[in-house]
Amino acid sequence: MPFTIKVNGETHDVDVDGDTPLLWVLRDVLGMMGTKFGCGMALCGACTVHVDGEPVRSCITTIDSIAESSITTIEAIGRTEAGAKIQQAWLDLEVPQCGYCQSGQIMSAAALLASNPHPRDADINDTMSGNICRCGTYVRIRDAIKQAAAS
Amino acid sequence: MINHGGSQGSCHNRQGGADSVSRRSFLQVATTLGGGLVLSLALPAANATAAVDAGKFSPNAFISIGGDGKIVLTMPYVEMGQGTYTSIPMLIAEELEVDLNQVSLEHAPPDEKLYANPLIGVQATGNSNAIRGAWQPLRQAGATAREMLVSAAATRWNVDRATCHAERGQVVHAATGRRLGFGELAAEAARLPVPENVALKQPGDFKLIGTSAKRLDLPSKVNGTAVYGIDARPPGVKIATLSQSPVFGGRVKSVDDTAAKAVKGVRQIVRLEDAVAVVADHMGAAKKGLDALVIEWDDGPNAALTTGAIADMLEQATLNPGAVAETVGDIDAAMATLLVKVEASYHVPFLAHAAMEPMNCTVHLRKDGCEIWVGSQVLGRTQSVAAKVAGLPLDQVVVHNHLIGGGFGRRLEVDGVARAVEIAKHVDGPVKIVWSREEDIQHDMYRPMFFDRLSAGLDKTGMPIAWSNRFAGSSVIARWAPPAFNNGLDPDTTEGAINLVYDLPNLHVEYVRVEPPGVPTAFWRSVGPSHNVFVTESFMDELAAIAKQDPVAYRLSILDKTPRAKAVLQLAAEKAGWGEKLPERVGRGASVQYAFGSYLAQIAEVEVSKEGKVRVRRVVCAVDCGTPVNPNTIEAQIQSAVMFGITAALHGEITVKNGRVEQSNFDTYEILRIDEAPTVEVYIIPSAEAPGGMGEAGTSAIVPAVANAIFAATGKRIRKMPIDSNALSLPG
Ligand code: FES
Ligand code: FES
Repeated sequence: MPFTIKVNGETHDVDVDGDTPLLWVLRDVLGMMGTKFGCGMALCGACTVHVDGEPVRSCITTIDSIAESSITTIEAIGRTEAGAKIQQAWLDLEVPQCGYCQSGQIMSAAALLASNPHPRDADINDTMSGNICRCGTYVRIRDAIKQAAAS
Repeated sequence: MINHGGSQGSCHNRQGGADSVSRRSFLQVATTLGGGLVLSLALPAANATAAVDAGKFSPNAFISIGGDGKIVLTMPYVEMGQGTYTSIPMLIAEELEVDLNQVSLEHAPPDEKLYANPLIGVQATGNSNAIRGAWQPLRQAGATAREMLVSAAATRWNVDRATCHAERGQVVHAATGRRLGFGELAAEAARLPVPENVALKQPGDFKLIGTSAKRLDLPSKVNGTAVYGIDARPPGVKIATLSQSPVFGGRVKSVDDTAAKAVKGVRQIVRLEDAVAVVADHMGAAKKGLDALVIEWDDGPNAALTTGAIADMLEQATLNPGAVAETVGDIDAAMATLLVKVEASYHVPFLAHAAMEPMNCTVHLRKDGCEIWVGSQVLGRTQSVAAKVAGLPLDQVVVHNHLIGGGFGRRLEVDGVARAVEIAKHVDGPVKIVWSREEDIQHDMYRPMFFDRLSAGLDKTGMPIAWSNRFAGSSVIARWAPPAFNNGLDPDTTEGAINLVYDLPNLHVEYVRVEPPGVPTAFWRSVGPSHNVFVTESFMDELAAIAKQDPVAYRLSILDKTPRAKAVLQLAAEKAGWGEKLPERVGRGASVQYAFGSYLAQIAEVEVSKEGKVRVRRVVCAVDCGTPVNPNTIEAQIQSAVMFGITAALHGEITVKNGRVEQSNFDTYEILRIDEAPTVEVYIIPSAEAPGGMGEAGTSAIVPAVANAIFAATGKRIRKMPIDSNALSLPG
């Protein structure tokens, strides 16, 4: 059954089963490769996108649950104020190593900053502990969130 | 900025100097058809595993200066997040007198002979060796090219070349203010003889080396445009996922694919001898199809295997002599005279790599050729295994290399490529094989398990006079680079167990190679140090405790023969505030190591809860890695490696039951998360020595520092990884 979804301001019709995770619609159907696959079980955060501004794990978000909601991905997060600040802080502090987890990290951090302009360490732990970085860039992720909050 | 898979174009080769290439002359010059200059250089052989024949010139890196002034470095190293793509061009830019952003990088096409890494002898980026191998030759090449360009300008202007100099991509005649860009001079310079032994800059004159130049690969990694292997999308590509025999060595007995075929988007089921793949329009359908398959397996010879049995096998093996890796003094005679003898045994488990980017490989197989899209640390091997499985000649296989979402040694293996080509043989058109996380963890090639038996003898003052260590486990090198495995030994497995930084007058180290069945092993950020440094630095801590001495002071008193090791330990201890009084159940532990050409000391501070949960709060590192080429990158690599090591110490273990790996995803194979991450302070000791590797060093040093800190906090000695928090809980 075809679904119509709104991603980064554009609408797309996709013909997949209703239980198809959004992640695969983004990557394999729409060809938007910035959102990453890490675990498929909401354990790593690599696939994080925003649905109506809220961070969700797209690997367990089925396409039939989205309806009219607007989806924002890493490709467009720089258009939001919080997203742009986070990206800039990520560049300034040279956060990424391999970079693979960073789309998800940035999406989680941007959502955090949008809802909490001055996150404390405990807030950072709460939000960001859902995102694994195998390269262990945590020291810089924390510093960059604080820098973005101060900018 | 970064092009993958570029090629050199055609050139006319001419050798430098009048005579044929001597041992000293490792550079060749050539003109390109476009009127540019190409310097070819051979990275020199550094150890027995190298494939480079010293008598024969076989270049493996190229610097070209085009008529348009563009400088392109073609090199065999792969960017895996360590900042290689920024640090390596710094070496050339420094001597060539150009800005860093004037140098762009092309990734060398696969050629096993041409691009052999001098320290490994195979085209590979691993073992922290990119900077180590490139340090001397790339600066030499940059300096040589600069001298040729200056000579060309002096000739054109008809002035004394001593009155000309190079700066920012131009040659300048200061007296007249004349300037010529490198591009305008390239063709003329290429016709000049290659000068020998051009002097390199003194470290005090470095303008780029030692600065924290911005990494060039970052913008694409914050906006989603970086393209990893898993992001390859040749037109018409289908997506496949697979299930491989849950027991290594097992076979498919039967497959019922009725339900799978009915899943919307599923195109095809591919049955191989030991795996089944579902090919679909997208991964969602492929996974759903795979779940709907009913597969019966024949588990084969390893059906009853357990990790417990392997551990017993290794423990037994250490009762028999092994190959002598190092012997100093007379261990038996020394032991016989010493009053205090200490014995301990240590054990480390199998570990998975669990890189964030799951294993994947895209293949388009046609009758007359094969294209591969993958992120690999070994391009030559990728090409040859693909050719072999596809049954094609090498030159019909094209490999498009991509960014790697974490290598850690996993992408030094080509099992995923072989598997992908096997599947592609049954598929019309391009197909991308993406492993689920479960498949990635359960069909990894693991960091080997080891068992270690140590003993030491102390003199009256408690100092170690005799040290003996015999350990057993798998040799990755013996399988991966057989010529480097000699007389029962290889340079990786023993690294960190031999050539200790300490003054130990009688020392004896043996290695017993045991290859357990049913669990394939591989590099894991290195194997030797990741295991040996935990063992040796923990045991040294035990000796200090028995001698009732402060563990840092104890170490320092036997570090006189390695002043660089002593200096890093002193610095780390000082910065950490070693010796300060700490609350109950909080402790600090130290470690010091020499590995990958770098000295590193770490002080870890841990807190152990009543329930035995360990939290690493703070880590202080002092490093002497020779000339720090890019301090910011070094700091980042240590921060990163520390988290990798703590993950292993607190969570890392692969266990096997009934031949099957029991862990499957990040819920059962846990990775350190930000709420468990310590602060990490890094202090770099200034040095003018040749640079050492930094990509892995932090991982091996942190594990014993944490274990020793737990001892300080609780009095419990950790001799087995991962740390068992049950054993650390307080009664009641
Ligand atoms: S891929 Fe969705 S949380 Fe890991
Ligand atoms: S940067 Fe590599 S996984 Fe986070």
